[in-house]
Amino acid sequence: MLLPLVIALHALTAVVTPPLTRILGPRVFLVAALPLGLTAAWVLARTPGILRGHPVEASVPWAPALGIVLDFRVDALSVAMVLLVSGVGAVIFCYAAAYFHRGERALGRLVGVLVLFAAAMFGVVTADNLFALYVFWELTSVSSFLLVAHADQRESARRAATQALVTTAGSGLLMLIGFILLGHLGGTYRISELVADPPPGSPWLSAALVLVLVGAFAKSAQAPLHYWLPAAMVAPTPVSAYLHAAAMVKGGVYLVARLAPGFADTDPWRLLVLVFGAATMILGGWRALRQDDLKLLLAFGTVSQLGMLTVLAGAGTHTAAVAAIGALLAHGLFKATLFLTVGVIDHQAGTRSISRLTGVGRRMPLLAAAAALGAASMAGLPPLLGFVGKEAALEAFVPGAHPGLSATASAAVLACLVLGSVLTFAYSARFLWGAFADKDTVAPVPFPRPGAAFTAAPVLLAAAGLLLGVSAAATVDPVAQSYAAPFPALLHPYHLALWHGPTPALALSALVVAAGALLFWKRRAVTRLQNAMPNWYEAEAGYNAVIQAIRWTAFHVTSRTQTGSLPVYLGIILATVLALPGVRLAAALLGGDVAVPAEGDGLRLWDSPLEVVVVLIVTVTAVATVREHRRFPALILISALGFGIAGLFVLHGAPDLALTLVLVETLTTIILVFVLRRLPATFTTRPNGWPKRLTVLMCAAAGTFLALTLWLASHARTHPPVSLGYTGRAAEAGGDNLVNVIIADFRALDTLGEVVVLVTAAVAVASLVLLNRRDRIIRAPEADDWEETAQADSAASDRPGPQPAAPDPLAAPGANHAHRHGPKED
Amino acid sequence: MNAPSLLLVAAVAVLYSSGFYLLLQRSLMRVVFGILILGHAANLSLLVTDTAITLPPLLGGEPGQQLSDPLPHAMALTAIVITFGVTTFLLALAYRVWLDDENDEVPDDLEDRRISRLKEPEDSS
Repeated sequence: MLLPLVIALHALTAVVTPPLTRILGPRVFLVAALPLGLTAAWVLARTPGILRGHPVEASVPWAPALGIVLDFRVDALSVAMVLLVSGVGAVIFCYAAAYFHRGERALGRLVGVLVLFAAAMFGVVTADNLFALYVFWELTSVSSFLLVAHADQRESARRAATQALVTTAGSGLLMLIGFILLGHLGGTYRISELVADPPPGSPWLSAALVLVLVGAFAKSAQAPLHYWLPAAMVAPTPVSAYLHAAAMVKGGVYLVARLAPGFADTDPWRLLVLVFGAATMILGGWRALRQDDLKLLLAFGTVSQLGMLTVLAGAGTHTAAVAAIGALLAHGLFKATLFLTVGVIDHQAGTRSISRLTGVGRRMPLLAAAAALGAASMAGLPPLLGFVGKEAALEAFVPGAHPGLSATASAAVLACLVLGSVLTFAYSARFLWGAFADKDTVAPVPFPRPGAAFTAAPVLLAAAGLLLGVSAAATVDPVAQSYAAPFPALLHPYHLALWHGPTPALALSALVVAAGALLFWKRRAVTRLQNAMPNWYEAEAGYNAVIQAIRWTAFHVTSRTQTGSLPVYLGIILATVLALPGVRLAAALLGGDVAVPAEGDGLRLWDSPLEVVVVLIVTVTAVATVREHRRFPALILISALGFGIAGLFVLHGAPDLALTLVLVETLTTIILVFVLRRLPATFTTRPNGWPKRLTVLMCAAAGTFLALTLWLASHARTHPPVSLGYTGRAAEAGGDNLVNVIIADFRALDTLGEVVVLVTAAVAVASLVLLNRRDRIIRAPEADDWEETAQADSAASDRPGPQPAAPDPLAAPGANHAHRHGPKED
Repeated sequence: MNAPSLLLVAAVAVLYSSGFYLLLQRSLMRVVFGILILGHAANLSLLVTDTAITLPPLLGGEPGQQLSDPLPHAMALTAIVITFGVTTFLLALAYRVWLDDENDEVPDDLEDRRISRLKEPEDSS
């Protein structure tokens, strides 16, 4: 059960480090490296057992009723990923302690979020439940957003962070749909069970896999969703090295590798993985060749390498799986080395532009050596781990060697791999030359010597790449074999090693070196060719077009639907009521689906002759209120209406209601008189015409619909009223009037709420009215000046408007004019 | 079984229709009147869910008599008082609006009007 504790330890560190930053400054990163280092050490210690076939498992129930359990499982693939996430991560954290200055802005936030990111990433690579994986996955997206936007005062940083978040988290939503489909089809959300016993092929399964792959491709920057990765290079270099070389971008590759044993043979998995991976590999390499910014060069190189990793992880053959582990570890080590090297150069020289750097290699031989090892590993030169991985990758696609792949597909992928490797060799050489070579045409920039601790990190990682390359057969191969075990093995399974004898792959490697060297030597010609080509692969334009389209749609929908007119909104609501439930009711009535009260079964014209009289009063006053355009007659009509309703209550055996209503009506009338005496005598009216007739028609239809529903719903009642039980309980409450007992006892809390509403209304009304009184006190003297007031009044009458403010017959002239006059002075 | 009389249904229909119509008007005072009428309509709706006219729900009368259902009464009672509170508040608001710009009309939202006049979305950055 140590696994959840690992995440808890990370979370604790993330909380503790920001306040510690004030005391320790950048050294706080050494504290932050502790949980990562411990995690890596712990996983290393458990590795022998894991490789013998005993994965470390743990399970924390989260929402068991929904089948959401935080299952964790560390197997060989997870070991490889944890070593990258936590092992390489710890080295990068130590490097960050030397990279940042003491006065760096928001350093506390950076370190906290970085540790959180490490925790989330650890969760991604160890989660064994699709939902848990998704949650950790999106946590990495969110924390990466915060990390890329570290320099939040710069617009470019904010834009890049948003772009990365929208791309990865947006595709993550598609992936979630895919996960749910996958879990539904397989009957379990445990990844290990799904992969061991995949559901049978079906269109739904294909759809699920496509959705999952979209998420994985976006996270691993596969074309055409790769644009966010180069843009995210605005992040500080340690962040780039960690997120965009070692950890986060590997998430997609990890997911592909995780699912490949179960689903690689399901269409269209292999097609998608091979086509998009190969295209990404070539496109990234081609674009890396023309970058002037060393970091951008590495970013496009990462895109290219991620393409290759996707091809290997998703191909679904034994050799490809072995190669995937080798290449995964190799890439994490050499790319982090190179990023950290660029960080040192940028930090010391203040630039990372190829056209401005010269002579760095002479001044920093150790750094140059480390970078050379890294670049050689990237280019695939022996005896480094990169070479081992690339040999295996080429071997995996030798046509005819693998029954799962057709010869043409193998040949096509192999050609792409070779082409990609040639480009990789060329940009690796270009990187070394650009960063360290003496260039006659460039004026040297000052380059203070960095501290030993600063350069230690890239040297360490480069050394690890060399060590693992030399000892690949003993160190990396067992992990790779353990991961590749579920795939159908060949007669002679492929093992990672430096030397396999004269194989086709070795010949191809030699070809790659020769062609790559040629490409680097003729780099001026390559540049000219690249400049001559149209920029059709600018995928960021696609992102911008999508964002633009969303904004355009939102704008047009808003300007069409949000007219700002309250009557129109209410009219639309009424129309919807008529169009949906209204039409349904009409259809049910016509189809006879609803029981209509019939003669002898509830159909009555009226209950008593007195009711006829009262209802007549109510209807006439209601219609007259609608037609009345003078205020006071309308007020009298609406009061009459209220008293009519009270009469209906009396007839219906509700004396309490009638009493309350009479009281309330009286009060309302008095208040209305007070308000209305200040207002103009008539309402503004709209001209008669079709809009008005339509409104009348619609309102009548809506009212009829509601009344009809009420009629039918009351008729459909089958259960006795709940209040039957109240009769017996009333004695307990000590009352005879059931309504009173309900209000004061059974539903007393409701009554309390009602009192609160009344008090709130009273406070609001008082504040509205008292505010006005203060105005009046301040402005009162002006009201005495009759002449001025008269002028103001005539000005008010001349004011263009729908309805001139006619003098109010009941208003006291002084007070009225004071009010008219007051606000005009504002 | 418990359907109200057609006359009451008609009254409810007229009340709702009038309330809706007034609610759709531009004059604030008529909107307030509309809410008042809608309140009456809703209370009446609650009441007519009961059977026909019966005795008030007072205990202590002759046993065996059918009393009217007290629960809708209690609900309507609450509703009446709440409607009163809302009406006074709306009246105060309408009064205030009229004091401030001598106009008791519901105006269109200016920002919405501005957006609908625009040809292109504005740059958000």
